[in-house]
Amino acid sequence: MHNAHRALSPVASAKPPSIRVTLWESLRRRLFYSPSSALATLLLVWLLVMVAPSLLDWLLVKASFRAPDAQFCRAAGGACWAFIREKHRIILFGTYPYDEQWRPLLATMLLIATIVFTCIRRFQGRGLLMVWPAVLAAVAILMWGGVVGLSFVENVRWGGLPLTLILSTFGIAFAFPLGVLLALGRRSRMPAIKALCVGYIELIRGVPLISLLFMSSVMLPLFLPEGFSIDKLLRAQIAIILFAAAYIAEIVRGGLQSIPKGQYEGAESLGLTYWQQMRKIVLPQALKVVIPPLVSTFIALFKDTSLVVIIGIFDLTQAAKAALADPAWTGFAVEAYLFIGFIYFLFCFSISRYSRSLERGLARGHDATTNR
Amino acid sequence: MTSPQRVRLRLSWQHPEFRAILYQIIVVGLVALAAWYLISNTLHNLAMRNIATGFGFLDREAGFAIGESVIAYSPSDTYRRAILVGIVNTLRVSVIGLVFATILGVVIGIARLSSNWLVSRLASCYVEFIRNVPLLLQLLIWYAIVVELLPGTRSALHPLPGVYMSNRGLLIPSIEGPSVLAVAIALGLALLASALIARGQRVAQRTTGKQYRFWPWLAGLCLALPLAGWMLTGQEMHVEVPHRTGFNFEGGWALSPELFALLVGLITYTAGFIAEIVRAGIQAVDRGQWEAAQSLSLPRGRVLRLVILPQALRVIVPPTTSQYLNLIKNSSLAVAIGYPDLVAVVNTTLNQTGQAIEGILIIMGAYMTVSLAVSLLMNWYNKRIALVER
Repeated sequence: MHNAHRALSPVASAKPPSIRVTLWESLRRRLFYSPSSALATLLLVWLLVMVAPSLLDWLLVKASFRAPDAQFCRAAGGACWAFIREKHRIILFGTYPYDEQWRPLLATMLLIATIVFTCIRRFQGRGLLMVWPAVLAAVAILMWGGVVGLSFVENVRWGGLPLTLILSTFGIAFAFPLGVLLALGRRSRMPAIKALCVGYIELIRGVPLISLLFMSSVMLPLFLPEGFSIDKLLRAQIAIILFAAAYIAEIVRGGLQSIPKGQYEGAESLGLTYWQQMRKIVLPQALKVVIPPLVSTFIALFKDTSLVVIIGIFDLTQAAKAALADPAWTGFAVEAYLFIGFIYFLFCFSISRYSRSLERGLARGHDATTNR
Repeated sequence: MTSPQRVRLRLSWQHPEFRAILYQIIVVGLVALAAWYLISNTLHNLAMRNIATGFGFLDREAGFAIGESVIAYSPSDTYRRAILVGIVNTLRVSVIGLVFATILGVVIGIARLSSNWLVSRLASCYVEFIRNVPLLLQLLIWYAIVVELLPGTRSALHPLPGVYMSNRGLLIPSIEGPSVLAVAIALGLALLASALIARGQRVAQRTTGKQYRFWPWLAGLCLALPLAGWMLTGQEMHVEVPHRTGFNFEGGWALSPELFALLVGLITYTAGFIAEIVRAGIQAVDRGQWEAAQSLSLPRGRVLRLVILPQALRVIVPPTTSQYLNLIKNSSLAVAIGYPDLVAVVNTTLNQTGQAIEGILIIMGAYMTVSLAVSLLMNWYNKRIALVER
């Protein structure tokens, strides 16, 4: 078979003469090709031999996957994964009423599915702009209830993974347009508007997110008229949006700067108004350039939502803390945090992989499918 | 706006300049209106709750204890002193964190480019895991590992001579004695003098073309000056190794579990990001530069130092600056594991006094000052290494 193929097209299949690479040879080439490389390899192998066995021991060998109580886990001496088995509902859904937890589960799956569809090239287009509001509305109905026969659940009882996802998707959804406006304002020729935008962006970027969260939890109530209050979750969401918008603005500004002057001039010569120029000519190009850093900002935003734990909002981390507070199961914080760390890792790692494939696609110049 | 001669401003909607001014007046007016509305609400609310505005509370007695502090502090001190303790604690974590994160980040960034398969694989695993888990969670994990998984003081881990790890934190040998300060100052002077000499040598090399050796100066000064300081101040300096006394330890420099977890978390997290920046920077240098330099038969070390690094630094420095700023801002997560940094202290203060606005202003002011200082310093450095185009 192989020979026949070779006979048909001798040039195309002419491979370089194969050198038989033995295992030892490939090891030598990869790991021991120079004295310093050999030294580094030996050092790392020694380190792995020192650390890995006790780590594996704790993670798997001595770990208890099923245990009736905490004493059993402690006696085994390894990680207590039974704790996660026991408490996974409270870690994933917080204090949402137990019998109604299919609702946050459905909302979570709906959100994840929509995010996945958004990421697939074939589905990208105007249709998504219709789908997203519908999905967000469906999530709100599922979480709050009060209509179509669902019982009402106030948002202090929301928690866990759906809350983390809601904080980040709503955060991105609102911070993105705000950030684009701020970036346009920063490049504006009107000095007063430019000054306002620069001031805002630099002020927000200069302080840590948790000081903004504190501000939202202690200062926002002072700003509002008497008797009028916004609940804690919405305040935190506002702080996250205001924070993320400043970072998105700087990235979009970079994209705007990369558009050659000729594009602006060309648009102007067509007699387009400012907003038409931006919407039809400049922004589509600028945003495409900054997709990779934008995606990293989205990942950062997703991770940053974990900070709401500091003002006591029931996201994944706070839910894990609540699970740890059970006196019958104290002392398994490492397991609980590793579990949520793993959830975060799954999300962030897949988004960053996606971003990298996107980058490669853009570098190849497949423009037709992205710019519809 | 586009025509060269000045056109008289016409009060017409058709005139772009008039429109621009009108837009700005509207926007600024709206912002001012919103600000006035919020401020008047706030003043009303503060009056209703009997909270006095102003920074007068700073001179009152704080009355709360702070877990650890570099400078002397007791609960009977003022809020001003407490906040100062917080600032110093934040600065301590930031400075140590910046130094070690840079070193670790550069090492891992270079390791990712290594042709040794094991080295590059481990480095990229490190980067992927560190960058994709929230820092807050990593801090909590480190803290929980120290408190829950490390043994008690009686069976403390003893990985290196003089180093003990237990659920009470980390103990390392310290240098004690009256001469320490003198030696430290002398070392600083030696580094400053070496920097001046290096500068002089560069200028001389540029005019005469002659090459000078720098390292004998550096080694000589760094040895001689601290030695002189040690001799002059009565040779009183010794290394104090921590040792067991029954149930506890004595001597040495102790890092509390909070500080240890915070430092390890901040350093490993930031290093993951710096590593990517370093890798991208080195990869951004054209391969031809390597080949050209090698064809001049420069040795590999000099190729790296004289040709590759100066070009890579141009790509590396600006994003590293923002990572430095991130580390400083991220140190505020200390509040989650109970290390008393600026944000934690101010938070306690504003819970006690209700002076929310002043507290937030202090936090913002402090971070803005530090951020501005760091970015000024790094921008100055960036300007020095930037490409000068004709």
